[in-house]
Amino acid sequence: MFLTNLDQRLWDPMEAIRRIRDEMDRLGDDRAAPAVNLWTKEDEALLTAEIPGVDPQDLDIAVEGNTVTLKGVRKWDEPKEEDTVHRVETFNGEFSRTVDLPFRVKQDGVQARYVRGVLNVSLPRAEEDRPKKIQVKSA
Amino acid sequence: MTNTQVTERLESAAQAERKTFLPAVNIYETQDRIVLMADMPGVDEKSVDITLENDVLTVHGRGADQAPEGYALAYAEYLPGDYRRSFTLAEGQINRDGIEAVMKNGVLKVILPKAESQKTKRIAVRVE
Repeated sequence: MFLTNLDQRLWDPMEAIRRIRDEMDRLGDDRAAPAVNLWTKEDEALLTAEIPGVDPQDLDIAVEGNTVTLKGVRKWDEPKEEDTVHRVETFNGEFSRTVDLPFRVKQDGVQARYVRGVLNVSLPRAEEDRPKKIQVKSA
Repeated sequence: MTNTQVTERLESAAQAERKTFLPAVNIYETQDRIVLMADMPGVDEKSVDITLENDVLTVHGRGADQAPEGYALAYAEYLPGDYRRSFTLAEGQINRDGIEAVMKNGVLKVILPKAESQKTKRIAVRVE
């Protein structure tokens, strides 16, 4: 398996570049991947992410099983060609972030709000994933 | 210690822990103005302070007191806090009365019009 991978890397430089890029994505460019906080309570989680400067229409949230993926693009095209750009510290472009939750999510119950550059996604726990209470009957 | 004293202590401890961050900024300059944009996610526009004193521009914004009710923090990558950053401008470069600011999607945009004397002047060449 290892050799096969190695072969591919040797023979396909684009694949190697892609791999390195994926690796770096995982390591995380602080600016590219939005910082997230996860809040939980019984049967519900709230994911908050600092994503300033993004048009809400350019945000995409996908939930599958216990995984939430935030995708989006930050566009900054204000300066015109004749302007002088002195400083660019923000990350501009596409970003993606995946977060694993401690439980499976009820997909049709997910709600998202984007306020003041902060994304809030509330994620209810799937019914079938909730702990069951088992009544003890007396004999 | 009375209850009030305990509360005060807790409050001052909370204040001391509150962090101040340097916001990431983008700055560009057009012929007649300088535009500064600062990332301040979670900041209410009403809490934003912009001052220009002795050619030092300071932007300050108070971050949201996050802690949604009924939830416990399970995992954190960012902390609540405020944003502050100062910039030194060239002396007399800005027309102070014309400064404007807007906040959108967590980004503060400050428009600093250049003083008349600083605008790029076109010098007409006369043909004799």
